[in-house]
Amino acid sequence: MSAALVSPKSFVSEERPTWCPGCGDFAVLQALQRASAQLGLQPHEMAVVSGIGCSGKISSYFNSYGLHVLHGRSVPCAIGVKLANPNLTVIASGGDGDGYGIGGNHFLNAIRRNIDITYIVMDNQVYGLTKGQTSPTSAHGYKSTTSPAGSAENPMHPLRLALANGASFIAQGFSAERNQLIDIIVKAIAHKGFSLVNAISPCVTFNKVNTYDWYRERLHNLDDDKTHNPSDRGVGFNKLIEHGDLVRGVIYAEETPSYDEYLPGYTGASLADMAKPTERSVLEKMMAEYR
Amino acid sequence: MRTELVWKVGGEQGEGIDSTGIVFLNACHSLGYYTFGYRHFMSRIKGGHTNYQVRCSTRPVYAVGDQTDILIAFDQESIDYNFWELPAGAFIIADGFGAKLPEERGVTLAEVPLTKIASDLGNSLMKNMVAMGATCELTGLPVEPFQTFIERQFSRKGEEVVKANLEALDAGREYVRERWGQQAHFKLADSGMSPDGRLVIEGDYAAGMGALAGGCRFLAAYPITPASMIMEWLAVNFPKVGGVVIQAEDEIAALCMAIGANWAGARGMTSTSGPGFSLMQEAIGLSGLTETPVVIVDVQRAGPATGLPTKHEQGDLNEMIYGSHGEFPRIVLAPGTIEECFYAMADAFNLADKHQCPVIVAMDLYLGMSRGTAQEFDLSRVHIDRGSLISGEGLAALKGKYERFENTPSGISPRVLPGTPGFIHLTTGDEHQFDGRITEDPKTRKEIMDKRLRKVSEVDYPGVSLTGDAPADLVLIGYGATTGTLWEAADRLNAAGTKTAVAQLTRLWPFPVQELEAAMAGAGAALVVESNATGQLAHLIRSQLGGDLLPTLLKYDGDPIRPGEVEVRCKEVIADVSGARIA
Repeated sequence: MSAALVSPKSFVSEERPTWCPGCGDFAVLQALQRASAQLGLQPHEMAVVSGIGCSGKISSYFNSYGLHVLHGRSVPCAIGVKLANPNLTVIASGGDGDGYGIGGNHFLNAIRRNIDITYIVMDNQVYGLTKGQTSPTSAHGYKSTTSPAGSAENPMHPLRLALANGASFIAQGFSAERNQLIDIIVKAIAHKGFSLVNAISPCVTFNKVNTYDWYRERLHNLDDDKTHNPSDRGVGFNKLIEHGDLVRGVIYAEETPSYDEYLPGYTGASLADMAKPTERSVLEKMMAEYR
Repeated sequence: MRTELVWKVGGEQGEGIDSTGIVFLNACHSLGYYTFGYRHFMSRIKGGHTNYQVRCSTRPVYAVGDQTDILIAFDQESIDYNFWELPAGAFIIADGFGAKLPEERGVTLAEVPLTKIASDLGNSLMKNMVAMGATCELTGLPVEPFQTFIERQFSRKGEEVVKANLEALDAGREYVRERWGQQAHFKLADSGMSPDGRLVIEGDYAAGMGALAGGCRFLAAYPITPASMIMEWLAVNFPKVGGVVIQAEDEIAALCMAIGANWAGARGMTSTSGPGFSLMQEAIGLSGLTETPVVIVDVQRAGPATGLPTKHEQGDLNEMIYGSHGEFPRIVLAPGTIEECFYAMADAFNLADKHQCPVIVAMDLYLGMSRGTAQEFDLSRVHIDRGSLISGEGLAALKGKYERFENTPSGISPRVLPGTPGFIHLTTGDEHQFDGRITEDPKTRKEIMDKRLRKVSEVDYPGVSLTGDAPADLVLIGYGATTGTLWEAADRLNAAGTKTAVAQLTRLWPFPVQELEAAMAGAGAALVVESNATGQLAHLIRSQLGGDLLPTLLKYDGDPIRPGEVEVRCKEVIADVSGARIA
């Protein structure tokens, strides 16, 4: 596929986004569109599988085959899509509640499998679509309608979890740093295996604490950090601990065999093409074991 | 001469009871007999009583025997647990000395030092072969199938192992010959048949094979008794045909993966039992609303919660038909025999593709884990029909006006797979327009709901399989593994002069109203037989056919219903009906 022929506009659907003006999700959508164009992908070659929440709407706005599923379930659905048709470029997406709360188990296990999908989590540390409740990444003490006295829970550390569980590609981007976010998504899609992009995507309506300015003041750019080494898991941990997870850039990336390479008999062809009568001799042989 | 022998081996879990049962069953099969094997076990790896009952018969058998003729007991618990089903004349071959019979009623305690004989020959594990030898001597069954088994099974381990096992077999025969000799009342008539054209296989394995034959190439599942055997069978066999088995982190993920795979065009499935099926409820609706085909097998076990994880029950019927929030079309199939497990699975994928909805295959532990004789699967009966899936040259006709959820008269819309140039669309679990885009428009909502529900107004799959002549004095109604039990009970009632038919429900949803009405037309009485406490099938029948709740035989102690129990209940029902007539 020739990279020059695809415009980011090819990935813009007819649906008009209903996100609040200023929502960080706009930039994530645009970054995915630009990254896809840069990679020379065609819309029909892609499948965007999204969960529920503001983030889940991305499959409506991104022009490709889209599968908009249940709350928290974009990752297992995307895994099924990818294994069934490895020719598709599969993007799973969700938010911090969708992916780290209700879908947390899938997140942890998808990492272990290293299936070749890219998981983009739009993290705003709040439940937006349901109008401002505490999320798994909300800070301890965060006040919301469901934690009026301040959240008693410590936030989840998805990036550290991903590192610990052996993820082969982990990055964090920021909606207000669009070029870096595009670059991260390009690398994530190109990465063979499971790639996690935690995209900090501020909620301008419900999260009055973790605002664009709040992040700008705190985010440490790993691209400018000469002591960072994305091929060293230990360095990645140290950077996250040192900066309280507030870093941007590729935290860790390693080339390692993806899931399908360990699957016995897997051909890499679409399973749709195999939904045909099974050769009689094969079935006869299977039956013979029970004669 | 008898036409049937019921044999059971019991002992502690973990000492090879199952494999001993299977060796005996396979030997009976090779002698041309019909077989049925039932595994009684507990949810633990070692310890606790387990047993394996084998029926060996000159006629087809589908159920646990009402009585056991010969019990191989490796411990006292096996005697105590199973004594109630031993009739006068039965033999217990007890391992060693000192066993006690709970009461005196004509049961012979034959104490044979099985373990000691085996140990003296070099390995206590060969006690099973000593027991086989003892069985052959008591019954007059030929010893050759066991010798063949030994040679085939142990030749890899060397000549000495083969020799020792053959000696163990002989030693068992000799010990019995010297003390009891052949018991004439155990003499089984020759089968007069060859095993050619027959298999011995478990329902779960047959279901796995049916899925594979039906073009399924994707299974996502989470291990759970009694469904794991489907997953394990496919894990071995899918790689031979390019298929994928993925072990999911939970059943929610399992069904979501299967839905994703189907959406991308594969024929994909998941297999589970009650607890997992409960976790899947939300995603079943996702398949329904997004019109994404998927096949879900529920091998029912005794619930609720963890319930009796290794015991039989048919308690998920309501959940299979009504489970998940909201309303959407679905199809629920119910195979009743091992052969039907194979064919129903192959058909399930055609129905899922054709109607673009979830297809649930209702199995149960008794059907899934019992090993028995089946006729070789007729591969010419398997065909693949992908319904309104459009690809290749067919796409040209759709170009320019494609709507994924087009409002057609049948409700079934043309389906184009992701990856196809020119047909990009959204598939969403939110309510949507005919083109797939999300909407909350009331008019569209009503129209597209009607369209979806219309899809299953006609389902080309038999709803009732009627055995026997109508009108009958009595119609027995059931589904799943209960079917074979009903057939056997009906045979006995017919032989005793009560004209009895069996109406097996092969499709539970959409409910086959007319077919069941036809099967019951003119019948003197009907009895619904099911393995649960509340009569879910009986209530379903009343909700669909109207009228009074039919009489039921309900069993929910974890053990399968036996033909004799049905016979007893039938006599009560007939007596009730005649009483009413006289009044």
